[in-house]
Amino acid sequence: MAKKVALLQGNEACAQGALYAGCNFFGGYPITPSTEVAEVLSGELPKIGGKFIQMEDEIGAMASIIGASLTGAKALTATSGPGVSLKQELIGYACIAEIPCVIINVMRGGPSTGMPTGPGQSDVMQAKWGTHGDHAAIALVPASCQEIFSETVRAFNLAEKYRMPVQVLYDEIVGHMRERIVFPEPGELEVINREAPTDGPDTYKPYDSTKGQVPPLAAFGSGYKFHVTGLNKADDGFPTTKASLVDAEERRQIDKVTDNIADIESYEEYLTEDAEVIVWAYGSTSRSARYAVNELRKEGIKAGLFRPITLWPFPEKRTAELAANAKAIVVAEMNLGQMIYEVERVAKGACVVVGEFRVDGDPLNPGQIMTKVKEVL
Amino acid sequence: MAYDYEKSIRPGKLPHIWCPGCGHGIVMKGLIRAMDTCGLDRKNTAVVSGIGCASRLPGYLDACTLHTAHGRAAAFATGVKMAKPEMNVICCGGDGDGTAIGGNHFIHACRRNIDMTYVLMNNFIYGMTGGQFSPCTPTGAMASTTPYGNPDPIFDISKLAIGAGATFVARTTAAHPREIDKLIVQGIQHKGMAIIEVLDDCPTTYGRRNKFRSVIDMMKYLKASAVPVKAASKMTSEQLEGKFLTGVLFHDTDKPEYCAQYANVIKKAQGA
Repeated sequence: MAKKVALLQGNEACAQGALYAGCNFFGGYPITPSTEVAEVLSGELPKIGGKFIQMEDEIGAMASIIGASLTGAKALTATSGPGVSLKQELIGYACIAEIPCVIINVMRGGPSTGMPTGPGQSDVMQAKWGTHGDHAAIALVPASCQEIFSETVRAFNLAEKYRMPVQVLYDEIVGHMRERIVFPEPGELEVINREAPTDGPDTYKPYDSTKGQVPPLAAFGSGYKFHVTGLNKADDGFPTTKASLVDAEERRQIDKVTDNIADIESYEEYLTEDAEVIVWAYGSTSRSARYAVNELRKEGIKAGLFRPITLWPFPEKRTAELAANAKAIVVAEMNLGQMIYEVERVAKGACVVVGEFRVDGDPLNPGQIMTKVKEVL
Repeated sequence: MAYDYEKSIRPGKLPHIWCPGCGHGIVMKGLIRAMDTCGLDRKNTAVVSGIGCASRLPGYLDACTLHTAHGRAAAFATGVKMAKPEMNVICCGGDGDGTAIGGNHFIHACRRNIDMTYVLMNNFIYGMTGGQFSPCTPTGAMASTTPYGNPDPIFDISKLAIGAGATFVARTTAAHPREIDKLIVQGIQHKGMAIIEVLDDCPTTYGRRNKFRSVIDMMKYLKASAVPVKAASKMTSEQLEGKFLTGVLFHDTDKPEYCAQYANVIKKAQGA
């Protein structure tokens, strides 16, 4: 049988990807340019017995998905920059309490209200450093409608597997463009659900590191009585100020990501093998970059594209290898220079690193990238 | 025989963090008795709080307990209840947590009339941070951030809850321990948003700044200021000056409960 095909907007593809992943709870608050995710799910979730709630504010939306996830639901919220700013404290709560959930950030300009209907990529550092305290972060940056679908599924998988919040960031251009989507068959994409505890209710500890880096999370209402807090806690979930316990828990929560980079990392390369200049770009900007690389190749310039799909944890190893073999890396992003700091950090001076930036609300176009590549060569 | 509280309390978690004379322990005992009277299965009961002295209560209870961020109890609890309506959901916390930083979640949980019981311990002050004024600190009272007396007017929490759409609203004080569990029982049995405001005492950060020489003085004040709604109906406005009404202040059984409303949404979406 032929697969289902549809012409979908990026935000609609996100909602469909969430449903494919088994999302059964959405808590949100209206904000441009993400609102279509909520609109689609308000119609689709009740059809499958799922729940949709429009909360009183962005913070409430984040709180509702954490609460829902604790009962075993696969929970999603969708927002944009100002909303993510408001959610930050509770994103940290989901980190320390280790509650799986997915946050979609359809990026617009900023700071503050900025340009609500224009694209931006200026929340990429916020995705890593936005909430206070040390914590791990996973952020995915799809570049097409099809990829928004599949990366939303992967975001749920990573959230469930690593018991943490996962952010999907795509700029308004990808969020609002329409493309042909081929729906994967059920089972075609992997769908991961959180591990159930093997211990019975009497011996269960929600943060028992002897069960591995990601201890199983029981659901409220499934026979397990346990405590969840945003305070530093011992393995039984109760607050502690004991230095050795606090240190071990903080480190475990970061190590569970850094020790599993190979599982979490995802990127695409195009013509990088012999490239003298690497264009390092993500989201819609990577599509301009790919066009630019093709044009430059026609002119005999050996350009290639590195496109991170997992932005956090940062693709350190591969970026460093590319830096060691290229003359230059051009980091193209719709902000005034954010990921370029990470590229410079791992390149350690092995090659020239320059940026091509844009924040005027127009897409970063191939011509700009071509000009910058020619400048550095 | 003395009432057995220990069966509802997590082993090894006492002593609690509250100061000697604090009313929160009285409220916790009332809540335990009420949960017991209603026969709540603690495995199927979520007790959700925010941040502050009163918000430490869930940690002591043997149940599904969720100590969230400052002000956010009602919003987390809404997610729990929506996702699993078969769970009993109880919120607890203080006046600053519930009506200042958490005021928006509080009024909207009331508006939705979602089925939960919110026990709000109003001790007129931010206790945990050392006694700064809250939206419930009386005008003119002394707090660590009102060295010239509090210039702010107060929130009447019960009136706020009624105005926002809660369908069971009751008030009592820590000096009326028997009424605490009686009202919480009614709140739990009520299908919809139940607010139980318990006026209690913070001798450490409120009492000592406001000429209450002892915990007994504070309890006497609570007792003397409380006027049951029935008695109030026979009193003049002059007689009611400086008093607060206690008992069931509002009870509406007509307004639909939120999860039931959403169950209708599901039926419609599924074409039933």
